[in-house]
Amino acid sequence: VQVNPVKSQPTTSPLIPEMATQEVQLNETLAHLKTESETLKTKLEEERAKLHDVELHQVAEKVEALGQFVMKTRRTLKGHGNKVLCMDWCKDKRRIVSSSQDGKVIVWDAFTTNKEHAVTMPCTWVMACAYAPSGCAVACGGLDNKCSVYPLSLDKNENLAAKKKSVAMHTNYLSACSFTNSDMQILTSSGDGTCALWDVESGQLLQSFHGHAADVLCLDLAPSETGNTFVSGGCDKKANVWDMRSGQCIQSFETHESDINSVRYYPSGDAFASGSDDATCRLYDLRADREVAIYSKESIIFGVSSVDFSLSGRLLFGGYNDYTINVWDVLKGTRVSILFGHENRVSTLRVSPDGTAFCTGSWDHTLRIWA
Amino acid sequence: MTINTLAKGGLQPEQMSCFRKMEKVLVAMQDPDMGMKMRNQRLLITVIPHAMTGHDIITWLIQKYHICEEEALHLGEMLVKYGYIYPLKEPRCLVLRPDESPYRFQTPYFWTSTRWPASELDYAIYLAKKNIRKQGELVEYEKERYSLLHKRINHTWDFVVMQAREQLRASKQRRKADRIVLECQEQAYWLINRPPPGVQNMLDWGLERPNNFSTRVPLIETSRRALGRNRVKSSICLEGFVKYSEQYQNHDPIMQGCLPSNPWISDDIAYWTMNSEIVPVPTRLRVERWSFSFMELLSDAMGRREFMTYLEKEFSAENLHFWQECEEIRHGESSKIIEKVEDVYKNFLAPGAARWVNIDSKTMDKTLEGIKRPHRFVMDDAQMHIYFLMKKDSYPRYLKSDLYKNMLAKAVVPQETKKSVFPFMRRQRHSSPSPAQAGAPAAEEDGRAGTNSAAGSHF
Repeated sequence: VQVNPVKSQPTTSPLIPEMATQEVQLNETLAHLKTESETLKTKLEEERAKLHDVELHQVAEKVEALGQFVMKTRRTLKGHGNKVLCMDWCKDKRRIVSSSQDGKVIVWDAFTTNKEHAVTMPCTWVMACAYAPSGCAVACGGLDNKCSVYPLSLDKNENLAAKKKSVAMHTNYLSACSFTNSDMQILTSSGDGTCALWDVESGQLLQSFHGHAADVLCLDLAPSETGNTFVSGGCDKKANVWDMRSGQCIQSFETHESDINSVRYYPSGDAFASGSDDATCRLYDLRADREVAIYSKESIIFGVSSVDFSLSGRLLFGGYNDYTINVWDVLKGTRVSILFGHENRVSTLRVSPDGTAFCTGSWDHTLRIWA
Repeated sequence: MTINTLAKGGLQPEQMSCFRKMEKVLVAMQDPDMGMKMRNQRLLITVIPHAMTGHDIITWLIQKYHICEEEALHLGEMLVKYGYIYPLKEPRCLVLRPDESPYRFQTPYFWTSTRWPASELDYAIYLAKKNIRKQGELVEYEKERYSLLHKRINHTWDFVVMQAREQLRASKQRRKADRIVLECQEQAYWLINRPPPGVQNMLDWGLERPNNFSTRVPLIETSRRALGRNRVKSSICLEGFVKYSEQYQNHDPIMQGCLPSNPWISDDIAYWTMNSEIVPVPTRLRVERWSFSFMELLSDAMGRREFMTYLEKEFSAENLHFWQECEEIRHGESSKIIEKVEDVYKNFLAPGAARWVNIDSKTMDKTLEGIKRPHRFVMDDAQMHIYFLMKKDSYPRYLKSDLYKNMLAKAVVPQETKKSVFPFMRRQRHSSPSPAQAGAPAAEEDGRAGTNSAAGSHF
């Protein structure tokens, strides 16, 4: 919103009354804009409601109910000395990278539980980490406000930190990062309220995304065939869908009652799920342009830190701040299973690339693989 | 950024929201009609009123929220850990026992949400009271903290001792039952707000989020644009989810299992070996998936290779080559963009080009204009045009072709791994070559450590 700057004072009239009048005008303009914004919002909700002719669980009545669910911890990865904050899978379906509060970033072969690489970042609270599509590098960042890329070397004597490449620079903490379809570009989100797209080679900012009114906490790239959009969630309770080329916010959803900690696309790309401090997960349909499901239960009191879908999109896994994982039937809206095991908050959760398992990271310093 | 473990300003919204919800549960538990049945509990020779057993708590939670026993125990434990319910027996151990152990509701005076932040002065008075009341009642870590406080707030120490003595005198005038209850309540409060070493700090909320709220008015332009959107009816969209989940259900290992077995469960990597990027014979599920969408076909290296073979037969392979080159430009190194755009122009777009692609004149003109100042997205329109051309025309015909049908027919359906005769014998978990191996092609793991079958896949 452009507000006209205060005009310079004419030399003949006294200074103060002029400024006072202009300040009053400024306030009126802002108030007017606020009203217009509210009116538009209401209209938008009305338009969205017009096409909402059925609920998801009604459409899902004909679908067969899911049977008993048995998932167990199949691997426990121990090695971090403090809270695990983030993890990501390698495309090879068995390796993962994880980062923690004490600044350590570790690459594991989760299948054998062997640690393959370890890096100590110069900052604590490494809240974001990502595996490059080639499997040859990892990106991470946190309180250093940066996103750095570390090429993975198999030379045991090599100090990984020596080859570190600083790519992204924000003015506040890095909350999430993700490579796009190649090792060459990284998408980041930050506590400074913006998202940004970077060229890894040059460190150049390719595009920035402004629109959140507070810290952006999470992002996810769309699996669409034209591959040009992503969704972000923030402390302003909004989930925004962005066009990567133009930097424009093309869709926005605001139905959560608290910070959105995690967003993840439904496998077809037609919808995305979100997890929030308000203890609910929600599903937003992009074509209907509205929220279409809420996954909540009275007995679930603590916030959701992280969500992801099973391969078919039928199941939604949520990691919660009460140390549990809840498994939801996406179509019917019911809670299928609750998994126990972690001894502190579940801070991160990702399903493996081939859907055979999911991994959770926790404040109890461990990661677990569930299948 | 500050680490929000100790009192700093007010409680964050996330914390307040959790506390409020737990307090709602508490209120429901104490409801005169639907709440818990309380009784008197005998503690040695004293009778404590309004107590309940751990078992009662769990039963009530099960009935109220329709959850299983494990979940009820977990939820109840949270209430104890956050200090809303405290144990009468073994009061230092904030654990919910699903038996006849007695518990009581914490008084709102001592709720963490009420008395935030816990003050050093109060803690000093509490420890002083304990010290005065019974010599040796302070445990080791409490003694350490007591002397630390003594050093730190030495200037108010007279006040501390005076307060402690005053409170002790007042409590002596109470009935023994009340005195015990008050001591338990206060102890529970401090166990949470000043946890013993080694015990999890329940009030550790991680990083404080500054919530850099900007005072900008919400973007009007975004709302205006949103109003102009084309929306699809819910019934159509939601039906889409049902269809998608149905189509992919058999391909979802967590839901349906996978053949021969899930590597994470059986420790056998055969499933991964059979589904490597390039294999002699693909699995049936994999070939089926190529028919789900054009994207599925193209994102599978083998699928793409098969499709290329088909296009070559149809003399339209240049389309797929063009699409692949455009992908390289979109996702490749910035420094190579100009060079790649030139190559693409020469090979696919220039008049008389060796592999000329058929794009409509409008898109061609726009693209040629853009090439004058090449950038990452200059080929987007042309690439999309060719993509949709292949999707609408060549792809459906490929699925009907003999090439595809034969592939599907000879695709393998793995046998389910028979359970081992000795079920407790763990298979050896073999490591696999790291994709980070510089220069070496990612060799296929074949289940025997040390041998590399170079099946020639690449990233």
